[in-house]
Amino acid sequence: MKPAPFEYHAPTDLGEAVRLLAALGEHGRLLAGGQSLMPMLNLRLARPEAIVDLNRITALAYHRLDDETLVIGALCRQREIERDQEVLARCAAIADAIPLIGHIGIRNRGTVVGSLAHADPSAEWPVLAVLLDATLEVEGVAGRRSIAAQDFFKGLFATDLRPGELVVEARFPLPPAGAGSAFIEVARRHGDFALGAAAAVVELAADGSVTAARLALGGFDSVPVRATPDPAAAAADVHPVDDVHAPAGYRRKLAETLARRALHLAEQRARKAGR
Amino acid sequence: MKEVEVRLTVNGRERSARCEPRTTLADFLRGHLGLTGTHLGCEHGVCGACTVLLDGATARSCLMLAVQGQGHEVTTIEGLGTPENPHPLMRAFSEMHGLQCGFCTPGFILSAHEYLRENPRPDRQAMRKDLSGNICRCTGYVKIFAAVERAAELMAEPEAARS
Repeated sequence: MKPAPFEYHAPTDLGEAVRLLAALGEHGRLLAGGQSLMPMLNLRLARPEAIVDLNRITALAYHRLDDETLVIGALCRQREIERDQEVLARCAAIADAIPLIGHIGIRNRGTVVGSLAHADPSAEWPVLAVLLDATLEVEGVAGRRSIAAQDFFKGLFATDLRPGELVVEARFPLPPAGAGSAFIEVARRHGDFALGAAAAVVELAADGSVTAARLALGGFDSVPVRATPDPAAAAADVHPVDDVHAPAGYRRKLAETLARRALHLAEQRARKAGR
Repeated sequence: MKEVEVRLTVNGRERSARCEPRTTLADFLRGHLGLTGTHLGCEHGVCGACTVLLDGATARSCLMLAVQGQGHEVTTIEGLGTPENPHPLMRAFSEMHGLQCGFCTPGFILSAHEYLRENPRPDRQAMRKDLSGNICRCTGYVKIFAAVERAAELMAEPEAARS
């Protein structure tokens, strides 16, 4: 229950962090909020030779609204977004999702970008990223590149990041004004990892008809997926398997139910916004 | 393994000690600084027993390296009050029987401290959610929530009436 020994590096600027990560390759692990990596170190599920701590690179501790896009730096804590009333008012799905992430003490430390990079299939931020077509800005010694959220998640705790690369910023385009959005999940206890989650955005025309709808499902596959925004069809887009918590049949039913509820709530909110 | 010097402010005092980089803040507080009021339960962030305040906000001290505390301010249960001069939360937990074995209590009190700072007039439903990061296996929580409500009353009283 104690971490195995490691070399500790605490760079103070991004360039230094990138050089360190490149030199360490697969032997180095990046530490941001620590709410996923620290348990893995304590349980010795992870035994990196070296830790590169991002916490001294305070230039990465920011978030801002750039017109229609929520821009989040690699060291922005989840609680910071939770306290930004403007962001919460602009996107109900984000406002719904944050209180479901662990507990306050976890959100005080845990970072948004860390959650994305950790790529837990049940985590909330990856589902939001896929729903909102977020892009991840990635830096490595070879330079900077942008990755669309749907291309970033590659499998269970696996991403498109190459050794030596880190995510420096995530950009979430927010739903247009007048759209409604929602995030719903089912967990066995408050703050637990979700058995499944659904998030939706619905846009309406002036006459009240639905002009666009998006749906993302998390926790059913090894990565969050964009599913057909129709409750009757959505469950066919995921491939749940049996595990100790629930059989596949239950999960498929759950995907359908959560999809219906998330789409319904998003649509209700869009109607309310339109009035 | 190479040791590092860690300097930080704990309960208003400058403290420093040498430890390995892998030492968690929880082990550093307990083992290196002798502050055993911080309890270690699960050591992977589930139980909340090791909760401390880091620059005023709750954090699980088992999910932080001591070396990350460098230059920061940590408040442990010892910093909140003493048996002779208890914090209103400590008084209320005692008065309302908000503890039985006492293992989870330091973490609960620090989480409740953050909760009451942001919600001076507690709401039972909201409190249940906001304190859900701390686990108690004895009380069934009812008396813990009653204690937090009582502490809010005590803290609303003028200082003179309290002592």
